[in-house]
Amino acid sequence: MSTQRHDTRLDRFVDSYADRTNGMRASAVRALFAVANRPEIVSLAGGMPNIKDLALDVIADNMARLIRDHGAQIMQYGSGQGELRIREKILDVMALEGITAHPDDIVITAGSQQGLDLVTRVFCDPGDVILAESPSYVGALGTFLSYQTEVVHVASDDEGIDPAALRDTIVRLKSEGKRVKFLYTIPNFSNPSGLTQSQARRREVVDVCNAGDVMVVEDNPYGLLTLEGEPQPAMRATDPDVIYLGSFSKIFAPGFRVGWVLAPHGVREKLVLAQESATLCPPVFSQFAIADYLEHYDWRGQIVTYRHMYRGRRDAMLEELSERMPHGVSWTHPAGGFFVWLTLPDGLDAQAMLPRGVNARVAYVPGAAFYADGQGSNNIRLSFCFPPADRIREGVQRLASVIEGELEVQEIFGTRTTRPSRLHGPSVSPDLAS
Amino acid sequence: MTVIVIAGGLSHERDVSLRSGRRVATALREAGREVIETDINPQLLPLFAEHPDAVAVPMLHGGLGEDGALREVLEIMGVPFVGSSGAASRMTFDKSIAHARVSAAGIATPQQVALPQDIFRELGAQTIMRGISQRYGFPLMVKPARSGSALGVSKVERAEDLPSALVGAYAYGEVAVIEEFIAGTEVSVTVLDEGDGPVALPPVEIRPASGIYDYESRYTAGATRFVTPAELPDEVLARAGEVAVAAHEALGQRHLSRADMIVRADGTPVFFEGNVAPGMTETSLSPLAFEAGGRTMGEVFSRLVDLAR
Repeated sequence: MSTQRHDTRLDRFVDSYADRTNGMRASAVRALFAVANRPEIVSLAGGMPNIKDLALDVIADNMARLIRDHGAQIMQYGSGQGELRIREKILDVMALEGITAHPDDIVITAGSQQGLDLVTRVFCDPGDVILAESPSYVGALGTFLSYQTEVVHVASDDEGIDPAALRDTIVRLKSEGKRVKFLYTIPNFSNPSGLTQSQARRREVVDVCNAGDVMVVEDNPYGLLTLEGEPQPAMRATDPDVIYLGSFSKIFAPGFRVGWVLAPHGVREKLVLAQESATLCPPVFSQFAIADYLEHYDWRGQIVTYRHMYRGRRDAMLEELSERMPHGVSWTHPAGGFFVWLTLPDGLDAQAMLPRGVNARVAYVPGAAFYADGQGSNNIRLSFCFPPADRIREGVQRLASVIEGELEVQEIFGTRTTRPSRLHGPSVSPDLAS
Repeated sequence: MTVIVIAGGLSHERDVSLRSGRRVATALREAGREVIETDINPQLLPLFAEHPDAVAVPMLHGGLGEDGALREVLEIMGVPFVGSSGAASRMTFDKSIAHARVSAAGIATPQQVALPQDIFRELGAQTIMRGISQRYGFPLMVKPARSGSALGVSKVERAEDLPSALVGAYAYGEVAVIEEFIAGTEVSVTVLDEGDGPVALPPVEIRPASGIYDYESRYTAGATRFVTPAELPDEVLARAGEVAVAAHEALGQRHLSRADMIVRADGTPVFFEGNVAPGMTETSLSPLAFEAGGRTMGEVFSRLVDLAR
């Protein structure tokens, strides 16, 4: 008599998924981050802005007034391009970085992350190449890979993308018959490096891309959060063909999920159609809430408050790193934004070290997440945006002990050799990535 | 009576624990139980004081939840709970101790050595690693002694990969176990004791598409095929069940456990790991075994809650 057997893969649709989902899998690194939200852990991993200091009572009153006076409109479907009222106010925000534009050229998105998705959707076919800084934003890499594009990192230094390397890369890829669609860059206080492209470099980078017939996509969520001096003119300020992604997530609050794309007319038309097919319209309620905030609240003053607060946290992190880190560890000195990029001595693998970090009650994001090609195994992204200064200091102290412990183990086993990591972009959850 | 499902914790398996806890809590509610879900935190013991009739269901994986510490405290506080005692959990959770106990009970186990990190520093890593290579050959398995969900586990194919495998295991804890690799069919047997003695549920055969039942294969739906009962001769299935029950008893386990083993080509089951808090997620093995045994998760846990009371 034969035994009745049940054979299952626990997902009856497992053979039906599109190829683009191949990278969407469970990962041990992602699981380790589940511990990061416990209060015992100092999380230097998440890129969440600190919004606790917003005047929540004032915002609550404004929201109540909005619903009372305009509820029927703001809870209704809206324009696929986004509401004119907020698009007009966005011009004021972008003017702080030297951008002049027309509200008709703005498309509202559900955070700039959706802007990235729409831009990739309208431009990229499977196999197309997207150029990115070394390292680059993990959330963007995840989007690019989900459209089955090939991400090629361009050598970058303390001033940003190396224009000569960019030129050589474009020439090489084209000679290989590849279609290079755009350069993705975060010129201000980059996520994850914290570094800023010099103005001279920006001009050169745009010129090289224009000469190579490669678009530039400028992602600028942190530009107004300068911690030293005034905001720099955006790349889009000098070239109207640059596709610009903006966001209220860092200068106001991310929960509203409102960002925007500023694009040349033809591109904007396509983006609106893509937005309509994706969501019909971006969230109307959130758009009105933010427009109201921009009209009735001292948002410029709030940005200054944020700068002061983040400067204190950055300084705490940099001071503690200087005092605590073992010999051989180096890091960037960001002039704004949220992140410090740490480089460990050769051979240390930040991903393999992460469980040791969790044991020591400190979390960080391993650097390999910010590369599509396995680089970054001895890098770490540290965030100074969310924990207060005393917790940041505590976290850096713990991390220093973790690195010392790992150095000792490496010394014992003689494993100080650099090896590529298996981790790549889509493995890190969005709250840690942003 | 209130059932308090404890999930989360500070271990590396927090995410898995939260998912297991949620599923068990839902199943118990569907079975008509009043359930409170909680993390392990300073509010936990006051919660039991507020609910003196409560029964605890620890669904913590790894760390304090599975190493027996929480269960010892529950015993001290007089809180009834589902599952093995603190002492049995401590024995089971540490692979080196479980290995010795199960082996002493006459159950086949892989050759194993458990070594703390310090011994490599004191005696010289190269010499010890050379000895390991000669003793066990390749491939061999390297695992943290106290961890689950295959976190930190490596199958080492070549001598040059042994150091990085050890570094990976020591990132999870101070002691690693090194085992000979056993080739064969990987099966998992859930043991249930509902008051009439431990009974093995049908063995579940594990066939990961990648060939390795690692974290990704465990928790990505569709990445692994599960065949229940395992595609093995009936007498081998029976032997696997006997081994699981014998291990359950050797480790002093109670109510519910899971034994992971490899069945060699000659039909011998080789025990390599026990679990006092088997995963109950959407992709876990014990829920498949319940189903194959004609039981629902709600029925099983509801019965165990009554037994624990």
